[in-house]
Amino acid sequence: MAVAETKNLTTLQVKRFKPSDNPTNTYLTDEKGLWAWMTTVDHKKIGLMYLGAVAFFFALAGFLALALRTELWTPAKTFIEADTYNQLFTLHGAMMVFFVLVPSIPAALGNFVLPMQLGAKDVAFPRLNLASFYIYVFGAIFTFISLANNGFDTGWTFYTPYSSDANSAGVIWVTLGVFILGFSSILTGTNFITTIHKLRAPGITWGRLPLNIWALYATSIIQVLATPVLAITILLLSMENIMDIGIFDPALGGDPVLYQHFFWFYSHPAVYIMIVPGFGIISEVITTFSKKHIFGYWAIALSSLAIAFIGFLVWGHHMFTSGQSSVATTVFSFLTFLVGIPTGIKILNWVATLYKGSIDMKTPMLYVFVFLFLFTIGGFTGITLGALSVDIHLHDTYYVVAHFHYVMMGGTLMALLAGLHYWWPKMTGKMYNETLGRISAVLIFIGFNTTFLPQFVMGAQGMPRRYYNYIDQFTIFHQTSTIGSYILGVAFLIILYNLMKSLINGEKAPANPWNSRGLEWQATSPPDFHNFDHTPVIIHGPYDYHQPMEEFQLGLAVSHNGHGDHHEVTTDETEKA
Amino acid sequence: MGRLFDFMLPDNQSPLTADSTDGLFHFITEVSFILLVGITIALIYFAIKYKRKSEDDETPLITHNNTLEISWSVIPLLITLVIFGWGYSGWLNLRSVPDDAYEIHVNAFKWNWGFNYSNGAQTLNELHVPKGRPVKLVMQSRDVLHSFFVPDFRVKHDVLPNRYTYVWFQAEEAGEAQIFCTEYCGTSHSNMLAKVIIHEPDEFETWLETNGGGVSGSPVEQGEQLVSLQGCKTCHSLDGTKIIGPSFKGLFGKQETLSDGSTVTVDENYIRESILNPGAKVVQGYDNVMTPYEGRVSDDEISNIIEYLKTLK
Repeated sequence: MAVAETKNLTTLQVKRFKPSDNPTNTYLTDEKGLWAWMTTVDHKKIGLMYLGAVAFFFALAGFLALALRTELWTPAKTFIEADTYNQLFTLHGAMMVFFVLVPSIPAALGNFVLPMQLGAKDVAFPRLNLASFYIYVFGAIFTFISLANNGFDTGWTFYTPYSSDANSAGVIWVTLGVFILGFSSILTGTNFITTIHKLRAPGITWGRLPLNIWALYATSIIQVLATPVLAITILLLSMENIMDIGIFDPALGGDPVLYQHFFWFYSHPAVYIMIVPGFGIISEVITTFSKKHIFGYWAIALSSLAIAFIGFLVWGHHMFTSGQSSVATTVFSFLTFLVGIPTGIKILNWVATLYKGSIDMKTPMLYVFVFLFLFTIGGFTGITLGALSVDIHLHDTYYVVAHFHYVMMGGTLMALLAGLHYWWPKMTGKMYNETLGRISAVLIFIGFNTTFLPQFVMGAQGMPRRYYNYIDQFTIFHQTSTIGSYILGVAFLIILYNLMKSLINGEKAPANPWNSRGLEWQATSPPDFHNFDHTPVIIHGPYDYHQPMEEFQLGLAVSHNGHGDHHEVTTDETEKA
Repeated sequence: MGRLFDFMLPDNQSPLTADSTDGLFHFITEVSFILLVGITIALIYFAIKYKRKSEDDETPLITHNNTLEISWSVIPLLITLVIFGWGYSGWLNLRSVPDDAYEIHVNAFKWNWGFNYSNGAQTLNELHVPKGRPVKLVMQSRDVLHSFFVPDFRVKHDVLPNRYTYVWFQAEEAGEAQIFCTEYCGTSHSNMLAKVIIHEPDEFETWLETNGGGVSGSPVEQGEQLVSLQGCKTCHSLDGTKIIGPSFKGLFGKQETLSDGSTVTVDENYIRESILNPGAKVVQGYDNVMTPYEGRVSDDEISNIIEYLKTLK
């Protein structure tokens, strides 16, 4: 007998709703046709559209990476000119950061999962959600206009005065694109914060929020607070480029270091916009596949918030060699170490969660293990870079390139792949091939380390980043790295093949293939248009694997209009017809 | 010596600036390596030991452990505080130039390093320094941001157009060291290389004397030296090949088509304008990337350069 009590001690009448494994009506069958998709306000469809767009840009930017690595096979020209190379690495960086990493987890997977994990029918502002998708597309179009206008070769950081010099037409278009893109990010953040505060199903207290929600909550706060600064920076940059108002360009009386402060005030917190949602996925997957309660729920939840806040105070660690004040440099180094601590805590909590678990090494879990190994290296090398004297040597070398690829690709992208494989059955109603999934994870692990481990060595030996030519002694490292990148390319093709094949003739997914206790798994696969055909009632935390499954399948027995006149105390345990 | 990650770092040719950095690099890398191995072993061990036996496996309820969590928060915090202090002291050393340092001025511009010495000697892309004496570089950029990096000395600092910045080092072995530009600065960023040439102290004095006093000789000879010293040859070839700008060979007197379609004859006035304000008339097929030389070359020097260009038939 389950009795759920809400905060004001009103007793609710609940009954068990066991999700059907053969749903007849799902969000995919509910409305059909291109127009229905383009005008949908369903968070699940919008999430999928984001996923498609992110995958498209990832493929494009990944292809550019392969071109870059191919060019670096020899110390001099291999097949493209220096100017082309400079444009390609700029485009690779800008697309990966602004079009892939920032929206990937929150806007694609987050959009799909967040309302379901809250037991809500949709996000708080469904139309705003659709608007933010179109703003994202609109911003992306500006980048392509930029490519038609001479392109841009400034690096994704757009440092002045280089960016305000020659070829500024391309720079203006792309920065305006990023400016527009920022609004998409802000709107998604606002939407998520509101949804988390207002649309939680009965019984989901702050202490019962899935850690994925905590992570998205922390991310949304950063998105809302930091992104406007990027917008301001870009407006100032454009004013300088178009109207010759001296802000950053010394020739006009400006200061280039000021630009770097502005830029990193957004772009460092943006690093956490990219990685923190990944932390959320790891917590979900690791508990499901070890069938165990998360270790240190509050430590993980609160460390996400701690990272979000301290993350605002460390931007100057990108500028130790820039000429910023010595006092600032010292303070930024100190704070950088403080932001490393909550991240370390999370890793140890995840490892501890495995202790005495029932570990099932399925594809998503394999990606989590890959994440834990790669991201730990990314974190440790971040400590190396935070140390003042050592950073002077390593700044702007391949050591930094390797570090942020270990964090962004080894961290965010591995978490994204874990989440994608984890929620794929829920999103599509289809199972992918498990063997192929595991092969791809192993290949990615091998390819990734072959690509980026040598970069730590050559970076520490002095190989600067953004170099088209290089001196002969680095050849062996570059060639190893290039081979690794091809392995990565193959691995991603296997993932694509596996997922696409599952759509065509994949096995039908049951409602809860992983036996997860997460609320999203108590809907059908794929879910109903409104996620649940009842209002879920929650009496346990999302990781209470010691509680029987039926206690996670409760919903309001009588649908009501919210007035508090339903004081029945009986619980109906009958299965849904 | 013989440390686990010695293979990662380049030669140490300036122990006074490099030793602290190297020590800390090894400390962090070794501690990290040990912890990484520990975490990896735990992951693999747990994955094998607690492998799922059946879908009905039951797991114990372990929600948290305060002792464990506090200790793995506080111990890393203490270690990172040590790292912070160590890095800070090494960095203070990098920023504190010894009083007896020999000063050399550095001019960075796309895509060259110019060095000016106390007696008027000038070099391009070769930095001559004495062994065993601290050297301070006072650096300035003439265009965009650059960054001066010598891996063997473990020193790096951005070079800015609107202020002076500095680095110092003390090379302890005669020989050479590589200089890189590490702040992206355009097309030939990766060719913005230079060498440090480390002389024995008396050899350095001789070198200074023989190279002091700047350019000399007839106008054509002076023009030839200026074209080398000002870095013109980085972008303009003397043999007709196209690099980044038009070749100097046969340039004088030639008809050039400009980017707006009009034509111009390359005469004294056009060359003078193109040196002082290169963006005014850009030849078709080339980008407007040249740094203006306004304020960097005198009228006499321009005339000498023109005389030299006339000889390049």
